[in-house]
Amino acid sequence: MTEAADRLRAAAAERVLVMDGAWGTAIQNYALDEAGYRGSREFAMDQKGNNDILCLTEPEIVEEISASYIAAGADIVSTNTFSSTTISQADYGNEALVRELNIAAAKLARHAADTASTPDKPRFVAGAIGPTNKTLSLSPNVEDPGFREVDFDQMKGIYGEQIDGLLEGGVDFLLVETIFDTLNAKAAIMAALEAGEARGQAVPLILSMTITDMSGRNLSGHSVEGFWAAVRHADPLAVGLNCSFGADKLRPAVAALSAIADTLVIAYPNAGLPNDLGEYDETAAETAAQVSKWLDQGIVNIVGGCCGTTTDHIRALAEVAKGATPRVPPARATKTVLAGLEPMTIAA
Amino acid sequence: MATNPMPIEDPQDVPANDEAEAAIASFVNVGERTNVTGSAKFKKLILADDYEAAVEVARQQVENGAQIVDVNMDEGLLDSEAAMTTFLKLIAAEPDIARVPVMIDSSKWSVIEAGLKCVSGKPVVNSISMKEGEEAFLAQARKCRAYGAAVVVMAFDETGQADTSDRKVEICERAYKLLTENGFPPEDIIFDPNIFAVATGIEEHRRYALDFIEAAREIRARCPGVHISGGLSNLSFSFRGNEPVRRAMHSVFLYHAIRAGMDMGIVNAGQLDVYDDIDDELREACEDVILDREPKAGGDATERLIELAEGYRGKSARDEKEAEEWRSWDVKKRLEYALVKGIDAHVVADTELARQDAERPIHVIEGPLMDGMNVVGDLFGSGKMFLPQVVKSARVMKKAVAHLLPYIEEEKDESARGKGTIIMATVKGDVHDIGKNIVGVVLQCNGFEIVDLGVMTPWSDILDAAREHDADMIGLSGLITPSLDEMVTVAEEMERADMTMPLLIGGATTSRVHTAIRIDPAYSGPVVHSLDASRAVSVASSLVSDTQRDPLVEETAQSYEDIRIARAGKGGSKLVSLEEARANAFGTDFAQKAPDPVKPGLHVYDEWDLEDLRDHIDWTPFFRAWELAGNYPAILEDDVVGESARDLFKDGQAMLDRIISEGWLKPRAVAGLWKCRREGDDIVVETETGETRLPMLRQQVAKRSGRANMCLADFIDPEGDWIGGFAVCAGHGIDEHLARFKADTDDYSDILLKALADRLAEAFAERMHKHVRTDLWGYAADEALSSDDLIREKYDGIRPAPGYPACPDHSLKPMLFELLGGGSGHNGPAGIELTESFAMWPTAAVSGFYFAHPQSAYFGVATIDQDQLHEYAGRRDVDLETATRWLRPNLDS
Repeated sequence: MTEAADRLRAAAAERVLVMDGAWGTAIQNYALDEAGYRGSREFAMDQKGNNDILCLTEPEIVEEISASYIAAGADIVSTNTFSSTTISQADYGNEALVRELNIAAAKLARHAADTASTPDKPRFVAGAIGPTNKTLSLSPNVEDPGFREVDFDQMKGIYGEQIDGLLEGGVDFLLVETIFDTLNAKAAIMAALEAGEARGQAVPLILSMTITDMSGRNLSGHSVEGFWAAVRHADPLAVGLNCSFGADKLRPAVAALSAIADTLVIAYPNAGLPNDLGEYDETAAETAAQVSKWLDQGIVNIVGGCCGTTTDHIRALAEVAKGATPRVPPARATKTVLAGLEPMTIAA
Repeated sequence: MATNPMPIEDPQDVPANDEAEAAIASFVNVGERTNVTGSAKFKKLILADDYEAAVEVARQQVENGAQIVDVNMDEGLLDSEAAMTTFLKLIAAEPDIARVPVMIDSSKWSVIEAGLKCVSGKPVVNSISMKEGEEAFLAQARKCRAYGAAVVVMAFDETGQADTSDRKVEICERAYKLLTENGFPPEDIIFDPNIFAVATGIEEHRRYALDFIEAAREIRARCPGVHISGGLSNLSFSFRGNEPVRRAMHSVFLYHAIRAGMDMGIVNAGQLDVYDDIDDELREACEDVILDREPKAGGDATERLIELAEGYRGKSARDEKEAEEWRSWDVKKRLEYALVKGIDAHVVADTELARQDAERPIHVIEGPLMDGMNVVGDLFGSGKMFLPQVVKSARVMKKAVAHLLPYIEEEKDESARGKGTIIMATVKGDVHDIGKNIVGVVLQCNGFEIVDLGVMTPWSDILDAAREHDADMIGLSGLITPSLDEMVTVAEEMERADMTMPLLIGGATTSRVHTAIRIDPAYSGPVVHSLDASRAVSVASSLVSDTQRDPLVEETAQSYEDIRIARAGKGGSKLVSLEEARANAFGTDFAQKAPDPVKPGLHVYDEWDLEDLRDHIDWTPFFRAWELAGNYPAILEDDVVGESARDLFKDGQAMLDRIISEGWLKPRAVAGLWKCRREGDDIVVETETGETRLPMLRQQVAKRSGRANMCLADFIDPEGDWIGGFAVCAGHGIDEHLARFKADTDDYSDILLKALADRLAEAFAERMHKHVRTDLWGYAADEALSSDDLIREKYDGIRPAPGYPACPDHSLKPMLFELLGGGSGHNGPAGIELTESFAMWPTAAVSGFYFAHPQSAYFGVATIDQDQLHEYAGRRDVDLETATRWLRPNLDS
């Protein structure tokens, strides 16, 4: 796997890489009903809306989506596993299927990637790990700020289970994404470190934070700089931002991260901000025009799409990425940076 | 810790002065008050399970400048793991504490690991060591790294704690090699080479301080990248109970240790003296002890210090504050007194006492608290108390009510209802809320329940909130001119929704005339304009009164009708045609034109010195913001408002001190100077990337002979000239402090800070203009004006801002911003963002153009006619509707 990381670094030194777009938007196009989600399997609860379950019930659809993103120009495809944890699958009564889901999803993505890979243009598989809907840093109960729904070891165990499945299925690296709670991410990092130790080889990580308000912080309150200080010990293959807003509003945060991250930078925005109906209507050309500003600034190594993006968006991104000069990560930083919500640098 | 001629002789001890200053400036202060082993008070709180008060201790530490908070729960009577995790989770919920890193401090690994699982940033573990051998040490270090923590490594090995300099260096170097060879980054290692007590009378202890200092220097040299920390309180253990001597010892020790490379310390910042301020005699005696020197007068250093110490015992230890007289009154009187004086120190305790006495908790509000607020209201109404004091009183009231609320809710008494519920909002597109907040606070003081929707509120939210809260009225506020239109929209939507509740209009640009002509006709319910807080109270009170409501509504409606009739009859000012106005343009003498700029192009300032801005503050508008009328400084001595103004000024100055010393705000600016030329009433700006056309408006009001119909373009030479632009902002960083005040229900500080930030922004605009005149453009390089003269604008050149009278169209701002480097969101010039109505965010911002011609002067465009409107729409390339919206304030209706 470290070999895959090296190959990614080598490719990223040559050009700006492209990751795939949203799963949700793509699956919506198939307009599946309950029966469509279930396929031929039996379930105790309704599955409509459980996009991840399609890895088991409609594998052709999942692979077709990955293949279409690859055809659009994606170098990296993510697994359809954003919600494949016991926490998120509990909503559908599928806690027992977590391992199976992750293995299946990883194999589908692996197959799609391997089918299209060429020596000139290797394709990579990122094992997607969502944030779950639980948070380690915040109390869901305003009356009791010290309360937590889960603890660190539980979260680590939950992530560990997903990671085992993803690694078993053959992903190249893990993509811990949409990080709204930095402590959740730290539990995922710990789980990945332990998985690497158990397997005797390091598991490369990509960490991607999401900003939840215009002040430029995630839900646990970290600024981009505070977040990087808190996760830099993971020595990630890439760090970045996803979801949040459209590319336009995300740019300052990407620039801030680019200035301090001594590793690759990834960013995959939504297709603009949702309209009154919760739909994303930024066109592929609009998104690409915004992202090309990032490219002109030289602040990213990997671009892709989050909520609302389609193959058209990825194709347009691949087009603007084609001629772009990739960002050169700065030399290893040696300053001491601690962090609360804000970073605190101690002069050398 | 100012610099000082070095009192010791060994020159090796003295790095270059600059370096020493840098070391002092970057010293990291670790707060030590949330440590049960170091603070008896904190221990008591934790043992009593009073975590709320314990969290306050942490908050105070951060407020007092602790850059890291040390948390230690090592106490035999405690479940230390539970206490550590509980406390860490609680402070994680407090953004003003959680913003700084935590130091998880325990001698037990299990407590440290439990703590690591609760901290979301990058904490420091204090501490690990080789006490139990290399293997255990490395295992713990690896864990710390996996949790994303830096570590304090104690100079401790299998044989014990290091005391001599050699042992300290040897152990730390061994630990350094072990860690770095195993992939631990050197920058995440902090060594604690142990500070032990000196002046104990025991011979072996004599060199302890010096050993630390020497070892610190050596470790920094041998272990690149690491930091040195230490806990100071041990050092002066022999002088327990003698605070002046302990403070002096700590200060002297730090003075030398920092220069040797100690860059972090667990220090009670309040318990340090300024090195230079220590009595010479005491300082020298401390220095002799710490550096293990023989006193100049001979004898023994320790004995000499002990001898001197007696004389300092209790000398400056702070006397217990004498209980103030009012504290002995009965609790009702105390509450009233606290409300009137705005003292919040004891209010929660007193409220609790009153609650225990009262039959029902609501009675405390209806009884003593409302009595107190009535006194406040009477004093305010009769002009004996002023707005700043009222807001302070409200802060006390809010704290008391916040304390009672849970008890009241427990009773679930729905019948209790105040005078009425008012929805308040700054309308969509506008971000200004000082005035709205003041009115809200004063209305609350008068028994109204306020639902504050904040700024940038769309009409739909306002209407929804009104329905949801079954509101009695809606109050709208706005500062910039486009907000006037938005208020009309809200009124129209209220009409469409068949609402009948009264609509209150307020805010700096609003006026009775505008309300009468544009808002009142749009809504059939009562519409009342009310410019200030005291007027708002009487209006709101009348509107909820059975007897006063109808007369007020009728009277207001009639007065608005009168205004409309008067306007219709008058037909506005007499206007001349645009052609005639142009023929009467101002004849600028271009022979006097300013020279070309010395430094053309864009100039970006990412951090201007706040202290420098302070000198340029114009204080008069500050008092006006608080509805205190008069000019500064005379207002401070005013017979009527003087006392209130002095108190406000003192609070303002105190906050300004903190704004500056703690860097609350980060002033940013951009200024640009470009070639340009006049074409008709347009100014065409020529930059490297192309031309920008800035259409200007011309006065059309008929003038007496000899007076020109002015237009800003008149000041620009058609044959080629120069123009400038600027954007300054003093609002960056304000949000975090406002959030803190909000969390503390402290409206007074909230409003105070916003008002100060506004003043700083205006001061910044003034300062930047001076910088442009004397340096960037340089046409007045030798200008020497006092701040007073600056405020009175006794200089050549003007800086009109879009949205103000000479250049009333706010929509020129995006063009100006584009010229200043463009960017949107926080990437706008000086980090300023524009709302859809062209309001600047953060609000403490000023932008405008620079005209350098000595004849250039401010004027108001005032009313323009349809011919100019049509032409302007063409020049701006927008449809007539858009142009009408932009220029509405300048159009006769």
